Amino acid sequence: MFAFIVSRLLQALPVMLVVSLISFAMFAYVGDPVAIMLGQDFTEAQRQALIAELGLDKPFFVQFASFLGNAAQGEFGLSYRLSRPVAELIAERAPATLELALCAAFIALAVGVPMGVYTGLYRNSWLSRFFLTFSLVGVSLPTFLIGILLILTFSVWLGWLPSFGRGEVVRLGWWSTGFLSWGGIKALILPAITLGLFQLTLIMRLVRSEMMEVLRTDYIKFARARGLPNRAVHFGHALKNTLVPVITIAGLQLGAIIAFAIVTETVFQWPGMGLLFIQSVGSADIPVMAAYLMMIALVFVTINLIVDLLYYAVDPRLRIGRGKGH
Amino acid sequence: MMRRMMLAAAMLLGLGAAQADAQQRVVRWAASGDPNTLDPHSQNVGTVSMVLRQIYDPLIARGQQLQLEPGLALSWTQVEPTRWRFVLRQGVKFHEGEDFTSEDAVFSITRALQPTSNFGIFVDTIERAEAVDGFTMDIVTKVVDPILPNKLASVFMVSKSWSERHNATRPQNTRQREEMHTVRNTNGTGAFRMTAREPDVRTVLARNADWWGWREQGNVGNVTEIQFRPIASDATRVAALLSGEVDFVLDPPIQDLNRLRGAPNTRVLEGPEVRTLFIAMDTSRDELLYSDVRGRNPLRDLRVRQALYHAIDIAAIQRTIMRGQSVPTGTLFPEQVQGFAREEDVRLPFDAARARTLLAEAGYPNGFEITLDCSNNRYINDEQICQAIAAMWTRVGVRTRLNAMPLAPFFAKIQRDDTSIYMLGWGVPTLDGLYSFQSLLATRNGAQGDGIWNYGRYSNPQMDALVQRMKIQQGAERQAAMREALRLYREDVPHIPLHHQVIPWAMRTNLQMPHMANNEPQFRWVVVN
Repeated sequence: MFAFIVSRLLQALPVMLVVSLISFAMFAYVGDPVAIMLGQDFTEAQRQALIAELGLDKPFFVQFASFLGNAAQGEFGLSYRLSRPVAELIAERAPATLELALCAAFIALAVGVPMGVYTGLYRNSWLSRFFLTFSLVGVSLPTFLIGILLILTFSVWLGWLPSFGRGEVVRLGWWSTGFLSWGGIKALILPAITLGLFQLTLIMRLVRSEMMEVLRTDYIKFARARGLPNRAVHFGHALKNTLVPVITIAGLQLGAIIAFAIVTETVFQWPGMGLLFIQSVGSADIPVMAAYLMMIALVFVTINLIVDLLYYAVDPRLRIGRGKGH
Repeated sequence: MMRRMMLAAAMLLGLGAAQADAQQRVVRWAASGDPNTLDPHSQNVGTVSMVLRQIYDPLIARGQQLQLEPGLALSWTQVEPTRWRFVLRQGVKFHEGEDFTSEDAVFSITRALQPTSNFGIFVDTIERAEAVDGFTMDIVTKVVDPILPNKLASVFMVSKSWSERHNATRPQNTRQREEMHTVRNTNGTGAFRMTAREPDVRTVLARNADWWGWREQGNVGNVTEIQFRPIASDATRVAALLSGEVDFVLDPPIQDLNRLRGAPNTRVLEGPEVRTLFIAMDTSRDELLYSDVRGRNPLRDLRVRQALYHAIDIAAIQRTIMRGQSVPTGTLFPEQVQGFAREEDVRLPFDAARARTLLAEAGYPNGFEITLDCSNNRYINDEQICQAIAAMWTRVGVRTRLNAMPLAPFFAKIQRDDTSIYMLGWGVPTLDGLYSFQSLLATRNGAQGDGIWNYGRYSNPQMDALVQRMKIQQGAERQAAMREALRLYREDVPHIPLHHQVIPWAMRTNLQMPHMANNEPQFRWVVVN
């Protein structure tokens, strides 16, 4: 077990290094932060001074090495755009994104799994067909369009829910939460649905096909032959066995939700990390972009590791196979 | 019975609301961008100054028509050619309680002169500022500067003791590891004082009941609180206004204006902006970087520049792309700018046949190929304008490839002189023509301000001489120099002028406010009903 974790961690290191190199190299082409920081009026001397001040006159690998050295200590410097420490900016935005991602994941699971079970069991009912059609919408409509349609319906026409922002937030130490106020919860609904809709349909379709697969197997037939009630067969035996791949996918999708909240956050002006990233791209704020990409890479690496460990715990075959090898 | 009870309840509610309304008049204001900093001398960009202008006062303020008015200075006179005397307002207090004196004024000018300041252009001629007594200050200039008051309207006054206490005697510096106090804190003398600041989320300003200006005539605003919220997505910003979550949108997208005009409870206020879009060209290289013409530069030929000018159907651009929201022009700046001459505001007419003839005369009967550089997120519909122009030029034989990009790479590219022809929009914060002539048309010679945005490297000794005259002459002579420069601009076609931008503001109908041509709302004049 320990060796397994260590080997996984060692694999993660080069991944992080490559990600940081690629992201850093990419930023050489997003534009010149100097031009944006100087504004409309400046002299050539001021421009050169600023370039030197930011260290942009040094060779690429020197810049990269100093970036890596600082990054390893969690020091990403000062944002060019906001003149504030990058680590502080990201820590400030993280709660918004994490709360949104968790809510989206919860909606996706809490709605997607029952819908999947239902459509798997009653393949030909009209409700199943409706669910499947609905899931097509979720898969095929782009996120920003879904967000804008929701805003149009629930904010502009019905006036029930806010169209932007986080509403009232309550500060708990360094964490800020929208869960503790009615305004905060109301503000969460539309963005969470927008962000979770794709995952919801994905999980529903996954559960449905897994259910149909499992329901055909011998042990289900055997369970029925034993005279077990339908409920026990469907949920106790069938669903339980479909959940292994669902957990894997859901785990990996959580990473995707955090990383790709960018569009949803932009549409709803949700003050999270994705919005910070998009605004940084607009003004070529290299320190923030680099730190964000590194962090997302870290999230994915961590989630992969946890999923691997879960597999290890859930699937007995894996353990036996490794046991023999040792 | 039921109905009566409901009526009573409604009346009670209405009464409560009316009472609350009498005390609290909140304006919720949205725009696409948030101020990057609140340091008053760090970044000279609209999103910063539109918020700071509510909090800080300059020595010289601007009225609703952008005319100069007394601000923290009651009067200003040029006692010697290079010495200006300012008599300051007495009894003014900063939001944190310090008294405003000539010490603070001297300190503020000096702070704006620091190398980390982005306000160099407004203080470039200043040698030093000195306090004469507690409420009199002199500014000594290096050269005669007739438009110093115009420039000082953009320099905010800060408290010396407060800045020293918070270690912020210089504008913020990117090299520092620590965040500077002035990035997120303010202490002005203005009509509103900041009570909350969450960057990119919200900025809350409360009415400063002690503001000196409330006693002056004209400042009729009754707003007690301003809540500024940035909303980057165009559609969401409009939706928030339609659903009543915000009261005022500074930059509604123009494709939604008709919708907003038609909606109940919202209206659109339009006015000209002091910003002019034009095409600038590389008139200096012997061979263009992005063209198929070898061995010579077609844009150095006046006839080619005129041909490109004749090829543009500006009326079509105004009608279809700008949906009427532009003022086509044949000159360098709009009428709000000192030096404007209506007689010189004449375009070369749209005439495709004439364009083809001129190209043939210049030796390009089959036209040539060129790449037009353009931003796609800086000016109103900038990419679409460039698309239309590229098509119009291609029609007369100049096969134009469009290279549209976001402002960050766009400005980086043109500032390396890495362009053959590009579109730029130019605002004039000093409201004096010198600013445009000097930055855009003077030969780049290393002197402060000369030709710093002249990326076509246009160079004409006649123009340079006129710019020098504008810098030092006064009155009618200076006026004549400007007039002459505008005539030369028309004749020599260093740019192809397009239009002045029109800026729409959208708001709830219960809001009364004057439209400002510098795109900075002034809440001291805003009335909420």
